[in-house]
Amino acid sequence: MSSNPVTYTLDANEAVASVAHRTNEVIAIYPITPSSPMGEFCDEWAARGKQNIWGGIPQITEMQSEGGAVGAVHGALQAGSLTTTFTASQGLLLMIPNMYKIAGELTSFCMHVAARSLATHALSIFGDHSDVMSCRMTGFAMLASGSVQEAHDMALIGQAATLEARVPFLHFFDGFRTSHEVAKINMLPDEVLKEMMDAELVAKHRERALTPDAPKLRGTAQNPDTFFQAREACNPFYDACPQIVQKTMDKFAKLTGREYNLVDYVGDPDAEKVIVLMGSAITCADQACERIAKLTGEKIGVLKIRLYRPFPTEAFLNAIPKSCKKIAVLDRTKEPGSTGEPLYQDIITAYAEALAEGKVDSIPQIVGGRYGLSSKEFTPAMVKGVYDNLSQDKPKNHFTIGINDDLSNTSLPYDPNFNIEGSDIVKAVFYGLGADGTVGANKNSIKIIGESTDNYAQGYFVYDSKKSGAMTVSHLRFGPRPIRSSYLITKADFVACHQFTFMEKIDVLDIAREGATFLLNAPYPTEEVWEHLPIEAQQVIIDKKLKVYTINADEVAQKTGMGSRINTVMQACFFALSGVLPREEAIDKIKGAIKKTYSKKGDEVVRRNFAAVDESLAHMHEMKVPEAVTASWKLPMMVSDDAPTFVKEVSALMMAGKGDQLPVSVFQADGTWPTGTCKYEKRNIAHEIPIWDDSVCIQCNKCALVCPHAAIRTKVYDESDLEGCPAGFTAMDYKAKDFKGMKFTIQVAPEDCTGCGVCVMACPAKNKAEPKLKAINMKNNREHSDVEKEKYNFFLDIPELDRTKVERIDAKGSQFFQPLFEYSGACAGCGETPYVKLMTQLFGDRQLIANATGCSSIYGGNLPTTPYCTNSEGRGPAWSNSLFEDNAEFGLGMRLSVTASTMMAQQYLKQLAPTVGDELVTAILNADQSDEAGIIEQRKRVAALKSKLAGNETFAAGQLLQLADYLVKKSVWILGGDGWAYDIGYGGLDHVLSMHHDINILVMDTEVYSNTGGQASKATPIGAAAKFQAAGKSSFKKDLGLMAMSYGHVYVASIAMGAKDNHTVQAFKEAESYNGPSIIIAYSHCIAHGYDLTYGLDQQKKAVEAGIWPLYRYDPRLVDLGKPPLQLDNKKTSGSVKEYMMNETRFRMVQKMDPERFDMLANMAQYNTTRRVSLYQHMAALTLPTNEGEMN
Amino acid sequence: MDLSTTYMGIELPNPIVVGASPMTDNIDTVKRLEEAGASMIVMPSLFEEQILQEQMQTHMAFETPAESYAEALSYMPAPEDFRTGPEAYLERVGQLKDAVGLPIIGSLNGHSTGGWLRYAKLIEEAGADGLELNVYDLPTDPAVSGADIEARTLAMVKEVCSSVDIPVAVKLSPFYSSLANFSQQLVGAGAKSLVIFNRFYQADIDVEELYAVPYAMLSDSSELLLRLRWIAILSAQVNASIAATGGIHTTMDMVKAIMSGASTTQIVSALLQLGPEYIRTLLSNLKQWLSEHEYESLNQMQGSMNLQKCPDPSAYERANYMQVLQSWKIK
Repeated sequence: MSSNPVTYTLDANEAVASVAHRTNEVIAIYPITPSSPMGEFCDEWAARGKQNIWGGIPQITEMQSEGGAVGAVHGALQAGSLTTTFTASQGLLLMIPNMYKIAGELTSFCMHVAARSLATHALSIFGDHSDVMSCRMTGFAMLASGSVQEAHDMALIGQAATLEARVPFLHFFDGFRTSHEVAKINMLPDEVLKEMMDAELVAKHRERALTPDAPKLRGTAQNPDTFFQAREACNPFYDACPQIVQKTMDKFAKLTGREYNLVDYVGDPDAEKVIVLMGSAITCADQACERIAKLTGEKIGVLKIRLYRPFPTEAFLNAIPKSCKKIAVLDRTKEPGSTGEPLYQDIITAYAEALAEGKVDSIPQIVGGRYGLSSKEFTPAMVKGVYDNLSQDKPKNHFTIGINDDLSNTSLPYDPNFNIEGSDIVKAVFYGLGADGTVGANKNSIKIIGESTDNYAQGYFVYDSKKSGAMTVSHLRFGPRPIRSSYLITKADFVACHQFTFMEKIDVLDIAREGATFLLNAPYPTEEVWEHLPIEAQQVIIDKKLKVYTINADEVAQKTGMGSRINTVMQACFFALSGVLPREEAIDKIKGAIKKTYSKKGDEVVRRNFAAVDESLAHMHEMKVPEAVTASWKLPMMVSDDAPTFVKEVSALMMAGKGDQLPVSVFQADGTWPTGTCKYEKRNIAHEIPIWDDSVCIQCNKCALVCPHAAIRTKVYDESDLEGCPAGFTAMDYKAKDFKGMKFTIQVAPEDCTGCGVCVMACPAKNKAEPKLKAINMKNNREHSDVEKEKYNFFLDIPELDRTKVERIDAKGSQFFQPLFEYSGACAGCGETPYVKLMTQLFGDRQLIANATGCSSIYGGNLPTTPYCTNSEGRGPAWSNSLFEDNAEFGLGMRLSVTASTMMAQQYLKQLAPTVGDELVTAILNADQSDEAGIIEQRKRVAALKSKLAGNETFAAGQLLQLADYLVKKSVWILGGDGWAYDIGYGGLDHVLSMHHDINILVMDTEVYSNTGGQASKATPIGAAAKFQAAGKSSFKKDLGLMAMSYGHVYVASIAMGAKDNHTVQAFKEAESYNGPSIIIAYSHCIAHGYDLTYGLDQQKKAVEAGIWPLYRYDPRLVDLGKPPLQLDNKKTSGSVKEYMMNETRFRMVQKMDPERFDMLANMAQYNTTRRVSLYQHMAALTLPTNEGEMN
Repeated sequence: MDLSTTYMGIELPNPIVVGASPMTDNIDTVKRLEEAGASMIVMPSLFEEQILQEQMQTHMAFETPAESYAEALSYMPAPEDFRTGPEAYLERVGQLKDAVGLPIIGSLNGHSTGGWLRYAKLIEEAGADGLELNVYDLPTDPAVSGADIEARTLAMVKEVCSSVDIPVAVKLSPFYSSLANFSQQLVGAGAKSLVIFNRFYQADIDVEELYAVPYAMLSDSSELLLRLRWIAILSAQVNASIAATGGIHTTMDMVKAIMSGASTTQIVSALLQLGPEYIRTLLSNLKQWLSEHEYESLNQMQGSMNLQKCPDPSAYERANYMQVLQSWKIK
C-alpha cells in the first residue's frame, strides 16, 4: 500500500481531522483556539455527506462548553460508538473530570489536542505543553506528534491502539507551530485506516456498550472497603499499553513505510550528549544535531519521546546510547515549585529505578530545562546552546533557553546567528495586510508547489495581535528534501512587501539574506520608488545587494475589479521571480487554484482573479538600484518621546515585533500591566478619515458616540481655552442652552482612526446644497493627517468638562465625558466597542470590570498595548479577565470584595467618629451617590477624611486610610459576549442573577462566537449560517432577557445603539443605578455577519424595526410604583424580518445554498418575532402586585 | 369563441400571458395561474449585474476578514453547494416546466458582452420555451451615443438569436429616437417578437431626509395608451408578433391592445392585486365581449385598429397635446 502515496498539502488540524472523521461515529465539539478548525472541518465534511470508513456520516454536535463536549463523548462511548473530540488549553482542563472517568472505565477513545499554553499570569493562544501536562494523572495514554505528517499518522496510531489497549489516548501536537503549519504530506488512504481499525476490536468496543438488551451498570459509588482494590485492577492494561502501541506502530509501518517507535533516537550511536524532548521541537533538534555533529565532530544525539504516557521506561533505556554521559531534558511547560518539569522528572525516575534495579551501571548527568512556552521560537541556535551547556563541567540545571532571564539567571547563552539552513531550500517571507489576502494566496502557493512539483513545501503564518489593520507575515519554504525547520525563517532568499506603508514603519528587509530578491508593491512607477524609501531600506538594499522588483499591485487590482485584494497579483509575481515553475505553467497552476478555491463563489470572482493574474507580470519591473543612499528620512520612532519609560523600553519593542529581546526583569511577576498605553501606538492604518465641517454640524455628538475606537471626540469648553490653537483648528459656538456661550469642537484622531466610516453613517446632518455631504466626511488620510494630528494634540489638552455640569446624560450629553477606553485593536466598525466606551464614559472612573474571554478580552487586554485608560485624576477602569466560563462568578467576587471593603470602611469610620467628627461621618455614611454630583461630593468628603486621618497612627485609622476610597460608590461590571453569556458561562450567569448583589452585566451579543471565527452559539438566530450550523440554524435564539426577567428582581434591558441611542444610554444609567443584578443585552453587529460594517448601525435599526431585536427595559423598581415593570421601547414593528435577513451574508448564504429552506427559516423567524413581540406587548401591559400588597 | 393566437411562433389558446413577476417564486401560484387559464408564463429577469454584484459582495464578505487574526482565520462556514450564480434561476425554469404544461419564457437582462450569450444559452439548456431579452439599462454616460446603444443592442440580439434555437423576444422601452426603425432592425437581427413596453423603477425624492428613493408602483390602465399607440404603429410595419405589457387590467384593456395589433397581453399588476383566478374572469368577459360584438374569433380583431387598418390613423400620428385636445373637442 505504500507504493503509491497520495500527497496533499495541508495543515495538521486538517490532517488530524481527516483521520478522526473517518474513524469515528460521534464527534462532540466546542470551539477553542488553536483546535477549532478540526471540529469545523468535520462539521463541513459531515454537512457534505463525507463518510467514515464504515460508510456512515459521523454525528457532529457542538456543545455549550468543553465540559459539555466531553460529557457527550463519555455518554456516546458508554453507548458503544467510536467517539472523538478536539480541544486545547483551558478546554482540555474542563475535560479533566470526565477524562478520569473515561480512563477509569477503560474506554477505547482517542482525542486530539492542539497543545496550547494555559492562562496563568496572562492568557496565551499559542502553543506549549502546559495543557496536556495537566492531564498526566487522568490515566490517559499520551502520544506526541512533531510535524504535520506525524500528526496525521499518530491520529490513526492512537485511534487504533486504544481499541486494543482499552486505555484512552490523548494525541497531541503543538498548537500553531504544527496545527497551523501547512506542509506536504502523504495521506492515509481509507484502506490503511480500515486495516488499522481492527474490525474485531471495534466489535469488542461495541460489545462493552451499555444496552437494555444486555443490561449492566457502570459508574457505581464505592466505599473504603473496595475502591482501592478496584482502582488497582486496571494496572495490567497500563503495563501492556506501550507494547500495544509499538505493535500498532509496526503494523502502521508495514502498511505505509513510515516507521515510528515509542521513543526514537537519532544521532551518533556512540553519543555522549543527548537531548530528550517531544513535540514539534524534535524536528528542529534532529536537524540541528545532524548539522552540529558535522560541523564540530561532537558525539551527540536526540531522543524523541512519542509515547509519553504510559511512560515507556524500557524503550527509553534501550534507545539511549550506552555511551551517553550527559542528558538535557527539554520541557515545553513550567511547573513552578517542582523539582523539575514533568519529562525531566520522568527521565530522572526512569534512571534512578534502573540503577536501583541494576539495569544500568550509572546514571548520566541529567539536567532539565524549559523552552518554547507560548510558541516561543525554538531554533537550531538554541539546540546548540543546550549542547554547549552539556559541554560544561557543571551544566546549568533547571535552565531556560530562548529567553534572557536576567532575574533568576536560568537562561542559557546561545548565538542567535548560528544558522544551519541549507541553500537547497528556498526561503521566502511575505509581509501583507490581513485584508489584502496575502496569507490565502501563500497557502495556495504552497499547495501549488507541493502538489505540482516534486518539491517539499512548508508554510507558516504569523498574525497580528490586532483585529483591524492587521499585518501578516508568511514564511514559506520549499525544496527537494523534506523540510524539518519547525521555526521561522531568519535569512530569506525572497522577501515580498505587499503594502508600501510597512516600508515607512518597520524594517522589512532585516530578514533578507545577501543577494536576496525583494518584491515591493508600491504606488509609484518603478523609477520613482527609490526616492520614497527611508534611509534604512535604501542602505540595506545597497549593502545586501538585493535585486529589487516593484509593481503597483493596487492599480492592477483596482483595474481588474479586485479592489484591495492584491493577493493574486503578488502571487503571480512571486512565481515569476522564484522560478519554481516555468512562468506559463505557474500561471496555469495559479488559475487552477483560483478556480478550485473560488468557483463555488461564482465565475465572476474567478474571472476577475484571472484578469488580475494576467495583468500582473506586465506591470512588474526590476528597479535599478542607485549606488548610494539618497533618502533623508529615517523610520519613525515606535512611540513618541513623551511616552512613559515603560512604554518606551518595553511596549515599543513589542510594537516593533522585537518583544523576544525583552529580558525577564522588565516584567511584573504577577502579570500586572499598565493601562492606557494604546495611545502611544500610533498605527495610522486608515486610508480615509472623517473631517469635520462645522457649517453643517448640528452638535448631536452621534459621531463620537458610535466610534468604535474613540477616535472622534467632542468637547465643550471656554473660549479662553482656544489660546494657542493651531492654524485651522475649528471651534464653533455651542448651540444649545445648557452651555450657551461656550465653544464646541469635533475632532478626529487621525492616527488612531481605522477608517470604518461608521461615524459618517451616523451623522444625521446634511449639507443643504449638496446633501451627499454631511457634517463629517471621509477624506484622504495622507492629505489630512499632519494637520489633523496637530489639531488633535491641541484638542486633547483642552480641559475636560466638569462632569457635574452635564444636566442631561443622554446620547449627546454622555459624549462630553472622557472615554476611558480608547484606540483598541478591535475590528474596524466593531459593534461591541461603542458600548464599552460609553460604559467607561459614564462610570469608568469608579469601575471594576470582569471580562469574559473572547473578543472583548482580546481588544481589552491583548498586548502590546492596553486601551483602558485614566482621567486627569488618574482614575479609570480596573480590568481583569479570569476565564471564559467563570466570568459572572469572577465579577461577583469583585462585588463581594468591594462590599466587604466598604462595610469595613464604614465600620472603622463609625469607630473613629470621635476623631473624625460626627458631621463628616454622618455625611459620608448617608451620602446620596446616585448622580455625578453626589459622587464628586463624596470624593471630596473622603479626601477631607483622609486629611483628618493623616498622621493618626492608630490601627483603625491606618485601616480606614487604606479602605477610605471604598466609601465612594464603585460600579462592578461583568462583560462578555454571547458565547459566554448564553453558552459556556450561562450556569454562573444564572446563579449570579439569582442573587441580589449589585452587579451590572453587559452582554455584547454578536449572535456568534466571534473571537474564534464564527461558530454558532445559542444566541445565533434562526436562519443564520455559522460554523457548526453550516446549513443555517434551525432553532430559535435563546431569549436570555426573558429568562432573566423570570426572576423578577433583575433589571433587564435589550438595547441597540444604532436603533435608539438615547435608549442605550438610559439603559446603562438605569442598570447601574439599580441596587441589584442588572443585565444589558446589546445588539452588536460583527464582521462575522458578513457585510460592510459601515452599515452596522443601519442594520441594527432594521433589526429593531422588524421586531427581531426588540428594545425594552424591565425595571423591578416600577412594580412598587404600580407600573408594569416591562417597558417595550419600540412599540411598533415595520419591515419584515426577511428583509433584514437579506442584508447579511450569514443569512443570504443559506438562501444561496437552499432557497426553499431559507424561505422556511425566514418564515419561522418572522413567526418567532411576532410571537415574541406579542408576548412582550402583553407583559408590558401587566402591573404586578407589590410585595407590600401581598403582605397585606 | 376561438381565442387562439400565435406569439413568438408558439400557438397559444388565448392571449393572456403572465408577465415577468414574483408570482413564479411559488409553484402553487403558478399552478393556479395555469388552472385559471393563463396561456404562457414569463419568468422575472435574470439580472446579470445582480449576479456579478452578489458574487463579488459574497466574496468580499468571506475573504476580507479572513486570514487576519490567528484565532479566526475565517468567519463563515464554507459549504460546497454554495451558489451565487444563476443556478437557482435555471433550476426554477426546470421546476416550472415540470409543474405546469404551459410554455415558460425565460427573461434576461445582461450586463457584460459575454454575459448575454452565456446566460441565454443556459436558460435554453434549462428548458425554457422562449427567451425575452430585457435590453434596457439607464444610459447616464454622456460619452455614449444613442447610435452606440442601438448598435450594441442589435449586435447582441443578433448573436443571441443565432446561438439559441428557442424563439427570442425583445422587451423594449419607449425611449428610442426612432422606435419603428429600431424595431425593424431588431426583427432583422432575428427577434421573433417585441414586448411593448418595459416599466421601470422611478426615483422619488424624500425632501425631509434628502434621499433619492427608488420607487416602484403597480401599473394602472392609464399607462396603456402609450402602448396602444406604439403597438398600432409597429404591428402595421414590423414583421413580428407583439406582446402588450404595462397597464392591462381589464377585458377592455385587452380588447384595445389586441385591436391595436398585440398577439398577447402580459398581465402582472392586476393578478398581483386580484389573484391568479382573475384570469378566469378576464377570459370569460373577453369571450362574452367578442360574441356580443359578433366577432368570429380573436384573430379577426387582432390588429384591426392598427396604423394601417384603422379608419383615421392620424390619432396615432399626432404627438402634440393641443391637437389631441382639439380633436377631442371636435368629437
